[in-house]
Amino acid sequence: MQRSTVFDLNSHQVSRIFWRSVLYLLLAVGLAAFLLPMVWLVSGSLKPDGQVFTIPPTFIPRPVLWANYPTALAKFPFWISLKNTMTIVIGVLVGRVLTASLVAYSFARLRFPGRNAMFVIVLSTMMIPYHVVLIPQYLIFRDLGWLDTPLPIIVPNWFGGGAFFIFMMRQFFLSLNSEIDEAARIDGCGFFGTFWRVILPQSLPALGALSIFTFMGEWNDFFAPLIYLNTEEKMTLAVAIRTWQFDTNLTYQAATWPELMVMSTILTIPPVLVFFFLQRYFIQGVVVTGVKG
Amino acid sequence: MATAATPQKLHWWQTLKGREALAGYIGISPWLLGFLMWGVGPMMLSAYYSLTEYSILSDPVFRGLDNFERMFTRDKLFAQALRVTAVYAIVTVPLGVIVGYGLALLLNQKARGLSYWRTGFYLPAVVPGVATAYLFAYVFANEYGLADSVLQTIGIEDPPNWFGSTKWALPSLMVLSLWGAGGGLILYLASLQGVPTALYDAAKVDGANAWGQFWNVTIPMTSPVILFTFIMGIINSFQIFTSAFIITQGGPVNSTLFYVLYLYRKGWQQLEMGYAAGLAWILFIIIFALTILVLRTSSRFVHYEGE
Repeated sequence: MQRSTVFDLNSHQVSRIFWRSVLYLLLAVGLAAFLLPMVWLVSGSLKPDGQVFTIPPTFIPRPVLWANYPTALAKFPFWISLKNTMTIVIGVLVGRVLTASLVAYSFARLRFPGRNAMFVIVLSTMMIPYHVVLIPQYLIFRDLGWLDTPLPIIVPNWFGGGAFFIFMMRQFFLSLNSEIDEAARIDGCGFFGTFWRVILPQSLPALGALSIFTFMGEWNDFFAPLIYLNTEEKMTLAVAIRTWQFDTNLTYQAATWPELMVMSTILTIPPVLVFFFLQRYFIQGVVVTGVKG
Repeated sequence: MATAATPQKLHWWQTLKGREALAGYIGISPWLLGFLMWGVGPMMLSAYYSLTEYSILSDPVFRGLDNFERMFTRDKLFAQALRVTAVYAIVTVPLGVIVGYGLALLLNQKARGLSYWRTGFYLPAVVPGVATAYLFAYVFANEYGLADSVLQTIGIEDPPNWFGSTKWALPSLMVLSLWGAGGGLILYLASLQGVPTALYDAAKVDGANAWGQFWNVTIPMTSPVILFTFIMGIINSFQIFTSAFIITQGGPVNSTLFYVLYLYRKGWQQLEMGYAAGLAWILFIIIFALTILVLRTSSRFVHYEGE
């Protein structure tokens, strides 16, 4: 009897250790497969042009050519494109912080006839593909003389900032304790005073998530800048890199493979850093909109 | 005496309720204005343009349903774009969900260093689309890219010219898309962690083994999130653009001509804005119909708490 119990315990432990090993092995192999292309990207950015393509593949460049970075930056209109990208990021962000939170506050806390019906409309607009409104919007912005400026990308975000963000902020406001803002109302704080002085200061985590999503969305966006920004002086980084690689009639010299990898690495670093250091807000934002929605 | 009559003389906006409603309307007015200016207005305009011939340089000319007739009877590239996009969606959406959910299941086995694994697997999803496109152009470059270099090293002669061949270009773009499959990880993990342990205990008492617990507890309890990511996956995959625009330009021989790529070509390269507006409406109808279809059929599989 006793022996058999000990034996069972051991076999249980053995099987546990076995499955743990399988688990970590699977995870490690999977992660290696996912991260391999990232390694290849960075390694490609540090290679001499002649060493880009070899059989078998070289992962560690010899020599490591850090000089690729200054060379590529000098050949590419980097600072102008960075300024253009940040103009759009900040312009969209300010409009979205102010208007998405105000609209969401009204939907979450104020009672008015037709509120629920209108919120359903807000949600249903999430299904409309951008392309349906794109052509008329393009023509409107053309008539306003806004083509080749950041305005067509920034201004629409000053009107509630998009259904997704209204939804996200509303979900967050609903999770806040309403006793505090009711107390503020009784103390004579107006509806918008309550919003500004009581609700917003409590909303920094949600505003953090909104800012991260906005930064990533606008920094990575390709389609809208491609449509609206046509001259090199106005382009964002994402579009400028593509133009640099594609168009041979440029004032700038065409890119080599290592230089393209340099620019792709530089383009990748800010979103990755933001993700690393602000992960908590990012994850919270994803979960609030995805699971509770 | 006079004070008793005052409340009836107040205008509606002077009452507490009225003031709240007024504040509410003022509060949502940015969205309402935007909805009319950037939503409803442009949608009506684009519905009108879809019935016209509009070369952007001259005024639109009304042509009835000509654009749609041309799409469905004469335009071979429209059919090709639909086919390519549909194949891409059918392969990448379910595979993306399976890979993401599978990773989340592995990580949910109380793996140590959970947050580090999660960060690693999620990382590709935050890489900008343009950088991803160049990276994969480099990985799948003909003969000397990473893929072909590895294949030749292990002795396979004449490896595929990935993006340059009609057979391999679309599958290569699918691999690119699956690289970002870790993007669903955060949601899957959150919902897996939200499954009450009491349900697993109850299942064990009922004699369910690991497989039974997975099938009868885990899957039903996380099905709303699976449905959500599935629908978002469909919506996104039908609007795929950047990777093909940068790497293949729709080629070779239109084998990667995604729908939005074709729309862009018509509208901004050939200046057929009326036709492009029609294409956009067909895209809207497809996405709308698929979403409704998935929602309808899902009510049989998806479990919501409180039902």
